[in-house]
Amino acid sequence: MKVAISASADSLDANVDPRFGRCASLLIVDTETGEIVGGGRNAFASEGGGAGTQAAQWVIEQGAEAVLTGNLGPNAFQVLRAGKVRCLISVSGSVRDALAAFGRGELREASSNTVPPHSGMG
Amino acid sequence: MRVAVASGKGGTGKTTVAVNLALARGHLQLLDCDVEDPDAALFLHPEIQSVVPVTVTVPRHLPDRCTFCGRCAQLCAYNAIVVLPGQWLLTAELCKDCGGCYLVCPEQALVPSSREIGTLIRGLADHDVEVVTGDLRPGEAMATPMIRRVKKMASDESPVVVDCPPGTACAMVHAVDGADLCLLVTEPTPFGCHDLEQALDVVGAMDVPCAVVINRSDLGDAGVRTLCERRGVPVLLEIPFDRDLAEAYARGQAAVDADGRWLSVFRELWDRLEELAVQRSRDAATR
Repeated sequence: MKVAISASADSLDANVDPRFGRCASLLIVDTETGEIVGGGRNAFASEGGGAGTQAAQWVIEQGAEAVLTGNLGPNAFQVLRAGKVRCLISVSGSVRDALAAFGRGELREASSNTVPPHSGMG
Repeated sequence: MRVAVASGKGGTGKTTVAVNLALARGHLQLLDCDVEDPDAALFLHPEIQSVVPVTVTVPRHLPDRCTFCGRCAQLCAYNAIVVLPGQWLLTAELCKDCGGCYLVCPEQALVPSSREIGTLIRGLADHDVEVVTGDLRPGEAMATPMIRRVKKMASDESPVVVDCPPGTACAMVHAVDGADLCLLVTEPTPFGCHDLEQALDVVGAMDVPCAVVINRSDLGDAGVRTLCERRGVPVLLEIPFDRDLAEAYARGQAAVDADGRWLSVFRELWDRLEELAVQRSRDAATR
């Protein structure tokens, strides 16, 4: 299964970035192999508005079945839910540890957005 | 004459000056363009005459026509539209009504529709002050459509005082635009000085002449006065810190109603603004 993770850099050893739409790196990881198979520096981070919805659409297009991040705003959450992507939130620590916790089923699934719109700005 | 009362820094006393200026002159219109936090009516206590909804135009999706080709989403520079297989999603607050999505859609699957962003409230206060308030709904991302709506109500016959939003961004520019004069309210602190300088630059670029009111003028430092002198901007009024004034404010009472001596102070301020406006139009004619 492919999952998307918001990270502070393009590495499994980087920390999970608490922001989704405006995270530094948006990584696609194959949970079978534990390897990064796509993504990189988050080009949507500098959008004037709509970074969350654009990042969410990109995640859906990559075929990711889940998002691992810290917080999600209402606009990104709406798009991810429409794309039937599972939203796992309050994730922290390294990307590697987050993937392990996801494998053990320890991550919390969001039932709504966790922060107001535009929280990742500035 | 249309006077915009603005400031760079928030909380300097824009509304206090706008309200007292309006009451002292009387027989005019006050437009509350600080639509994210319109509070002039808290001090003017107008009798409400009308409340009408204010709407903006956003696209509505006709699913039967849509092929989910995604061209509208690709075009939208504001990322308001997301298209997924079989789904069309709009983040309405991001839409700036450019109209591009209607044009680019090959199936005519998008049509204009209305979305309410707040209300326009018109009332009448003492001294024949007509109060027009734009009240933007909490959470709305854009103040400018509401400000444009409030300014459409501007009277051609009577003078107009515009209570502007703080800062120097789009909302403030929209509110100040079209004014004969801009009265910038500041305080003598480093923050006040820094933001006043930005405001002078912005309003200067709009070719609207500025004058300054220094509020809480006996506190802080000399920075603001030095700046005004250097930029050749007249300081028309200094309001020292006054506990009675603060108490009246806390009660929702205008200074001119609380203490008669403020009536002559703000009348004089109005007269000086008129003089400046006359001088300005004379200068413009000889240029």
